[in-house]
Amino acid sequence: MAKRVGVEVSIAIAEAVKLAKAEVIPAYPITPQTHIVEHLSEVVANGELDAEFIPVESEHAAMSACCGSSAAGARTFTSSSSQGLSLMSEVLYIPPAMRLPIVNVVANRAMSAPISIWNDHQDIMVQRDIGWIQTFAENGQEAVDLTLHAFRVAEDRRVSLPIIVNIDGFTLSHVIEPIELPDQEDVDAYIPPFKPKYKLDPRKPITMGPVGIPEVYTEAKMLQDQVIKNSKKVILKAWKEFAEQFGREYNPVETYRTEDAEIMLVTMGSISETAMTAVDKMRDAGKSVGLVRIRLWRPFPGPEFRKAAGKAKVLAVIDRTLPPGALCGPVGAELRSLFYKIPGSPKIFSFVAGLGGRDVTVARFEEIVEKATGYAKKRPKELYEVIGVREK
Amino acid sequence: MKEVRLHGRGGQGGVTSAELVAIAAIDEGKYAQAFPSFGPERRGAPVAAFIRVSDEKIRTREKVYTPDIVLVLDPALPSLVKVDAGLKDDGIVILNTHLSESEVREQFGIKAKLAMVDATKIATEVLGLPITNTTMLGALLKATGIVSQSHLEEALDNRFGRIAEKNKKALQRAFEETVVVG
Repeated sequence: MAKRVGVEVSIAIAEAVKLAKAEVIPAYPITPQTHIVEHLSEVVANGELDAEFIPVESEHAAMSACCGSSAAGARTFTSSSSQGLSLMSEVLYIPPAMRLPIVNVVANRAMSAPISIWNDHQDIMVQRDIGWIQTFAENGQEAVDLTLHAFRVAEDRRVSLPIIVNIDGFTLSHVIEPIELPDQEDVDAYIPPFKPKYKLDPRKPITMGPVGIPEVYTEAKMLQDQVIKNSKKVILKAWKEFAEQFGREYNPVETYRTEDAEIMLVTMGSISETAMTAVDKMRDAGKSVGLVRIRLWRPFPGPEFRKAAGKAKVLAVIDRTLPPGALCGPVGAELRSLFYKIPGSPKIFSFVAGLGGRDVTVARFEEIVEKATGYAKKRPKELYEVIGVREK
Repeated sequence: MKEVRLHGRGGQGGVTSAELVAIAAIDEGKYAQAFPSFGPERRGAPVAAFIRVSDEKIRTREKVYTPDIVLVLDPALPSLVKVDAGLKDDGIVILNTHLSESEVREQFGIKAKLAMVDATKIATEVLGLPITNTTMLGALLKATGIVSQSHLEEALDNRFGRIAEKNKKALQRAFEETVVVG
C-alpha cells in the first residue's frame, strides 16, 4: 500500500527519484534545491539506491555529465535552480537536440542582481526555448507524480527528450505536507527499464551531435520542433496510465470553478492553490470568477487551453517574471498569440506578481480580478501591470 | 483550520518544532503544512515558522498573517517583535517566560489569552541546554490540543532517536507547568 506521510517536498522528490531507480545523478547543490540532492547523495551513499552520484564542480559540469551518462544509456537525473540553471545553460540546449532523456527538477528561484534566493519563475523563463519538455507542479504530491511521469515520458522512444519539472523554490521545496509515496512495484510497472535506441558503446561506435552545416541545420531544428510537439500525445497517454496505476489524474491544463466564469485567473505553479481559495471567496461574494492552471508549459497545449478558457470574457494572466523591455511576461505573450484575431476570444490582461519571494496572497488575486474587471471596460495604457508594489 | 505562527531565534529549532507538529497532525490523518519564513539562516536573529492544521485539504500557501495560535520560544522576543500581530480575536499567545501574567501584559502589551511556562528553566534542568523548541511543544499541547500527544511523541521518537526520551520528559514537564490565563 502506498504510504501517506508528512514529509518535506524536496525529500519526497528525492524519494521519487529513488523509486524511479535513477542510475546516474550528477548534481551541484544550490539553494533552494539543496535538500533534493542532499537526500539523493545520502540514499546512494547508504546503498538504498544503486546509482552513481557525481558531486561535480559546477552546474555546467553537472549537465555535461548528464549528457554523457544519458548518451551511454543510463537513467539520468539532476536538479538545479536560478544561477545554477543559468550556468548549465550552454549545455541545456544539447540534450533535446541529441534526444537524451534527462530528468531535471528545477526549484524555481529569482535571478541576481539584487541577490535573491527566493521564489519566482525568472530562472526557468530564461531557459524557455532550450527545447526541454517543461511542466509546473502545484503541490508536493504533484511534484512527486510529475517526477515519475517525467522519467516515463522522457525515455519513451517516440519522445526521447529531456524534461524539466518545475517546483516553486521554498513555497514547495521547503514545505512539510502530506504526500502519498507510491509502492516500488507500482513505480516499476509504470516506468519500464531504459532501453535507448542508440547509445554510446565502444564496441559499436556511433557519433552523436556532430556539426550541422547550413545544408542540414534548419531541417535538424525543424525535426526537433516536430518531436517535442508530437510528444504531447505520449505525455497525455502517460498521464492517463498514471491515473490507472496510482489513481491521480493529470491534464495539461486544469480548471477550477470555470463553469460560466466570466473572468478566469491564469496561473502556473504553487500559487494556484492560493488562487483557488481566492476564487472560492470571490464566488461566495457573487463574482463570476474561475481559475485556469497551466501544468504543461512546453510543448504548449494550445487546443487544451482554448477549450478550458476560450469561453471566458476576460483572462487575468499572472506571470512570475518581469522581462525588462518586453511587451509583457512570457505566459501573457503566449496566450495573446494563442487567441490573436480569433473572433469572440477573451480579452487578455497580463499581470506580474510574486517576484523574488514576495508573497502572492488571496488579497492579491482579488486585486487582480478587480483590476481586470475595470480594464475590460476601459483599456489599460500598458500591456502588463506589476501587482503588489510597495507604495512607500 | 488552525493557523500557528512560531517565533524563535535562528538555531533554536523552531522550524523543527513546526515540522514535528505538522508530521504528527498528518500521522493522525489530518491535513497540515509547516514551513519556515524562508531566508538565509542567521543564528540568533528573530525568525518565524508557520503551521496549518486542518480537517480538510489546505489550499493556501500564504504566510500566516492572522494566526489562531502564536508560540514564542525565546523569552526576550516579545520585547523585540510584536508577537501578537494579526492574532485572531479568540487567539492565544503561548510564551516561554518566568514573568507573571501582569508583568507580561504590562511589559509586552499583550491583551489576548495567554499560556505561560518557564521553558528555559525546564530545558536547562532536563536537557542541560536552554533550547526550548521541544519543551514549548508541551505548552502548545496543553494550551491548544492542536495534535495528540501520542502522535507528537512518535514524531519526536522518529526525529531524535536516542535523545527523544529527554525531549519527551521536558515536553511533559512543560505540559504540567503551563498556566493558561485570560
